[in-house]
Parts: sequence; C-alpha cells; structure tokens
Amino acid sequence: MLVHGEIWTTKEYFVYPNEYVTWAIQIVMYPYMTGLVAGAFVLSSLYHVFGVKQLKDIARFALVFSFALLPVAMMPLMLHLQQPFRGIEVMMTPHFTSAIAAFGIVFSTYAAIVATEIWFVYRKYFVETALALKNKPNKGMIDGIRQLIFSALTLGAWDISNEAMEKDHKAIGIMAGIGIPVACFLHGYAGFIFGSVKANALWMTPLMPVIFIMSAVVSGIALCLLVYTIVMEGRKRLARLKKPGSYGYQDLKHIRGVEDHEVKLTAKFLKIFMILAFTLELLDLVFRGYTAMKSWDALRAVIYQRDAFKVFVLQYAIGNVLPFIMLLWPRLTVKRAAIASVFVLFGVFMMRWNVVIGGQAFSSTFHGFMEYHFPWVPVNAETFKEGWPGVLLVAVTPFVLFYILNKFVPVFLMEKEKDA
Amino acid sequence: MERRNFIKGAIMVVAGAAVPMAALEILDPKDVLAANPDLKWAFLVDTTKCVGCGMCVKACKTENDIPWTANVSRTWVERYVVTKEGKVWADCPKQARDGYTSPLLDENAAGKISVDPNDIAKGFFVPKLCNQCDNPPCAQVCPVGATYKTPDGPILVDRTWCIGCGYCIQSCPYGARFFHPVLHVADKCTWCYHRLHHGMKTACVGACPFGARQIGNLRDPNDPVTLAVLDDRIGILKPEYGTNPQAFYIGLSKEVD
Repeated sequence: MLVHGEIWTTKEYFVYPNEYVTWAIQIVMYPYMTGLVAGAFVLSSLYHVFGVKQLKDIARFALVFSFALLPVAMMPLMLHLQQPFRGIEVMMTPHFTSAIAAFGIVFSTYAAIVATEIWFVYRKYFVETALALKNKPNKGMIDGIRQLIFSALTLGAWDISNEAMEKDHKAIGIMAGIGIPVACFLHGYAGFIFGSVKANALWMTPLMPVIFIMSAVVSGIALCLLVYTIVMEGRKRLARLKKPGSYGYQDLKHIRGVEDHEVKLTAKFLKIFMILAFTLELLDLVFRGYTAMKSWDALRAVIYQRDAFKVFVLQYAIGNVLPFIMLLWPRLTVKRAAIASVFVLFGVFMMRWNVVIGGQAFSSTFHGFMEYHFPWVPVNAETFKEGWPGVLLVAVTPFVLFYILNKFVPVFLMEKEKDA
Repeated sequence: MERRNFIKGAIMVVAGAAVPMAALEILDPKDVLAANPDLKWAFLVDTTKCVGCGMCVKACKTENDIPWTANVSRTWVERYVVTKEGKVWADCPKQARDGYTSPLLDENAAGKISVDPNDIAKGFFVPKLCNQCDNPPCAQVCPVGATYKTPDGPILVDRTWCIGCGYCIQSCPYGARFFHPVLHVADKCTWCYHRLHHGMKTACVGACPFGARQIGNLRDPNDPVTLAVLDDRIGILKPEYGTNPQAFYIGLSKEVD
C-alpha cells in the first residue's frame, strides 16, 4: 500500500519513516504560475503608473495576459490537494494563523483589481462595439449575442465623452498603483508560505518572499516578451499576405518598428530585475555557507553535490548567466531577446524546482536524503494529477484563456484604430 | 420629540452604558476550564529501557487502523550506532514494526551497512511519537483549522475537514505527520486520545514490555511522569525549533535528531 509521495521518492541513509516528497511538481508549478501573474502585472504597471510611455503596446498585452494567468495560479494547488473537493474551504473557513489562509483574500483582491483595471481600459471599446452592433442592419444571431455580451460588459456606463475618458484614465492609474503592492503581496506571500516553514532548513529565510517577488517579475517580463514577440511575428506574417487597402491591412514596417522598440525596452527592465533576483539568491547562498548552522552539512550536500547540476548548470548558468550575456551583448535583436527569454523562463522554473524539490531532498534528521523521480508515465490518479497531464493542463490553460479573453478585450485593437 | 434629538439621546445612552457594561465579562464555562485544566498530558520515554522490540509500533498500528503494510506509522523506534571514530549511523526499517533482529543497518537506497562490533562505541534505541507540542507548528499552519490543540494537550486532526494540502507535514520538524494511505488526509499520533478519555493508557504504553514508555498527567503532583519530569534530568527533541514538546526523554544522546 503506497503512501502519497512514496511512488516518486527514493530514500537514502537515515530518513524518518513518515518522510516523503509530498510536495511535488504541482507545488513547483504554483509559485511559477503566480510569479508569471505578478510579473506580467508589474510590467503593465510600468506604463500605467510610472509613465514609461514607450511600453504602451506591451503594457495592455501584459495586463490581459496577467488576467488570463490568474485562474491558473490556483489550479496547481487544487491538483495537489489530497481532498480537492474540500479546497474551497480555504476561502470559506480560513484559519488565519496559516499563511495559506490568506490566499483567498489576496487572490480575490488581486483579481478584482486586475478586472477593474481591464474594464476601465476597455470601457470605451465595449461601448463603441455595443453601439456599432446595435446600429448594424441585418444582424444575425451571433451579432445579437455579441451585442448582449458587450452591452453587459459596459455595466451600464455608456458615457464616453472626453471628461468621462479623463476620469477613466485616472482610475486606471489608481488601480495600477494599488495593484503593484497587491501583486507583490500575492507572490511575496507564496514565498512566505515556504520561508516561514521553520522545520525546513532550506526554505526558512526572511529573504524568501523578496527572492520570490524578484524572480516573479523576471519570469513575468520574460514570458510577456516571448509571447508578445510570437504574436507580433504572427501579425507580420499576416501583414505580408494582405494587400494594401484590403481589410485588416497593416504596414509591415510599422509592426516591425513597434515590435523592435517594445522588445528592446522590455529587455532593459528584464536585465534590471535579473540583477536584483540573482544578487538576492547569491546572498542567500553565501549567508547560509558563512553562518553554517547545524543544517548546513545536509544543505551543502544537496546544493553542491546531489543537486549541483540542477542548481549551478541548469538554474544559474543556463537560466541566469547565459541569457544575461545574451541580453547584454551589443546590437540586441528581437530574435535574440526572445531566445534569451526562453532561457530566463527555464531558469526561473529551475529555481522553483530547486527550492521546492531541493527543500525536500534532505531529511529532517539531517542524516539522510530523498530523491524525487518525476513520474513520466502516469499509472494512477496521483501520477496523473501530479505528472505530465496535470503539468500540461496548468501550462496550456493560460494560453487558451488568453485566446478567449482576446475575443472580448483585444490587446492590439486600439493601435489598429489609431492607425486607421 | 424631534428625530435628531432622539438619535442624539439614543447615542448618549448607548455610549454611557457601554462603559460600565465593558467591565462585565461573559464567561464561557469551557474557557474557565481551559484556563485551569485538571488534565495536562505528558509522555515520558526512558530510552535506556528500550530494546527495539517494536511491540509499541505493532500495538499502535493495530489500535489506530494504520495499514500494516503502509510505510508510515504514528510511532516508531530508531536505532543509533556510534563508532569509536564518532561516525553516527541510524536506521528505522519498516518503522521498527518487526523489531530489530538484524545487526545490519538499513540505510535505504545506500543498502545494508555492517559495522564491526569492535568499532562500536555505543548503540541505543530511541522510541519516537508525536511530541504534542505546546507551540505546535502543524496547528499553526493548517489553512482550514482542521488540526487543533485540545485543552489537555494532544493535537488532533478533523478527518472530515482536512483538505490534504500537506502543509502540516512539511511544518513538523519531527516527521510525526503523514498522509493516511486510505483516508487521504493528514494523520498523526494522538497519544490514543480516545483511550485516555476512557481512563486507559495509550496502546504503545500498554504494549511496551519494559516500561520504556509512560504517559501521565502533569497536573497531578503524584503522577510518576510528573515526578520524573520535575525531578529527573530529562531532555526534549529539537528544542531549537521552539515548539515546546510535551514528550520528555530520559537518556537522550546528542546524536539523536
């Protein structure tokens, strides 16, 4: 009879009998996904709050993408629960001495803020679309449904005079301003969940929330940069196919110019946050070695021997140093920035892996070790939820949601209008 | 009377009455009892008496319906072997369910280790179970309050409420918690709370042939456990975590973690 976690855990030397790697791949995915949410939001706020005007295009994109990622942040949690149907009790009967209990409040506050901000950004579009559909002759059923949806989305606020727009603009600034600390809190608290576990020598450090926030911003910016580039490449391809003057035509040069500009500026912010994240992680490592508490022998064995390849090669070399050099190298191209973003995303994923799995790689006895073997072939519900199928579900959902959201809040629309 | 005056008057009355009313405290009998409990359970382990027979583990698994073949247990016994060079070996095969019958140390994936008897400086057994900490990290971190501390000490899990997040398992420095393989909720030693409240001892205490395990009431000054805790030189496990364990050990060695 297998206990939860036993199927993928190998013990070596003296380990307490009840110890297993109980937090597996989905708990790696959880901070990774929330990190992307928070990071994407911070990127969009750079434009809305700090007035980095050049980021306008990617800012709107990042905002909507952040919203698409949001529901996905809690999916890994649900998938790892042993009693998933009771998961809602975290929100219904929170026990406030637990860091996890804050989840419901922080998560819903954040969701409300992002939704509000998106609504203000797109209100004019909702109204215009609804009015256009209303006046359209020979409406089909789909147009009727669309009109109903867009009318509902206006929430009854049909005023799009200049004064009203001015007010909307102010509201966006305020929401984005409140949103930054809340986004940081959303992710900082994910770091707190780990950092406050005093029983775990690798996790317990007050630096954990800060490290999590920095790497979150890094991964969020990198993902936005990557997806933005892919979408823009698609638009370029479309532009090539269409003739000037035809419906939906856009100037190829113009798209290329916008893309180049936005990507380069975003890469600049990415570099700043990469330096911060890397410095903090290094500080943590140096500090542990220097203070050399009782747990250090076990930690050292994990970091420098057992997980050395994952920590120093995959996380630091391929995930940090390599993309940093790529971004720093003169004459940065869009393609190079996009490839560097892939490495950055991989590096942040490895960081989450090395924290979550690495934290369970040694026993609380400090005499033994546990190795996690990812279940490549799902053989039961446990390895299905916490194996490939579960991971793919979590990884693919945000893109599906983004596609659907884009139907109602098109991220590139305003620019098209401006051009027209 | 004008409405404004009525409201003004009403506010004055309420505010005036609130001050003396605040002095009155409504007492809940349960709170009073909890503040002055006549029961406070404590566990005493005399490691010098343990021979590693595993009877306690057998009794515990049977009493508490922990599947016999599952590689988890509410209580277990560890074996320590310290060589003359100071090298510490420890093991706990099958939670010591079958007792220690082999001199080979079971180091899991590292295989069976044989230590030359002439090299051994000391060897001993350490029974382990939940410490029912006075400052329990497991109860602190439970996101839904499914695990809680009883007024008389033991920490329990509400099996109908646990969501199975595993946060309590991660937070216990003693490895006392695990997922129940059948019920899929967090499980732990309760010091046989159901037996204690029927005037019985825990299953493991009853099963130990050598009296290495004892349970007692710290509020009773004549209880042998109370006397030992007060008079003897006792130790606790991992005091550095500030959990304030209520399981006390006689003959604890520095090698024990």
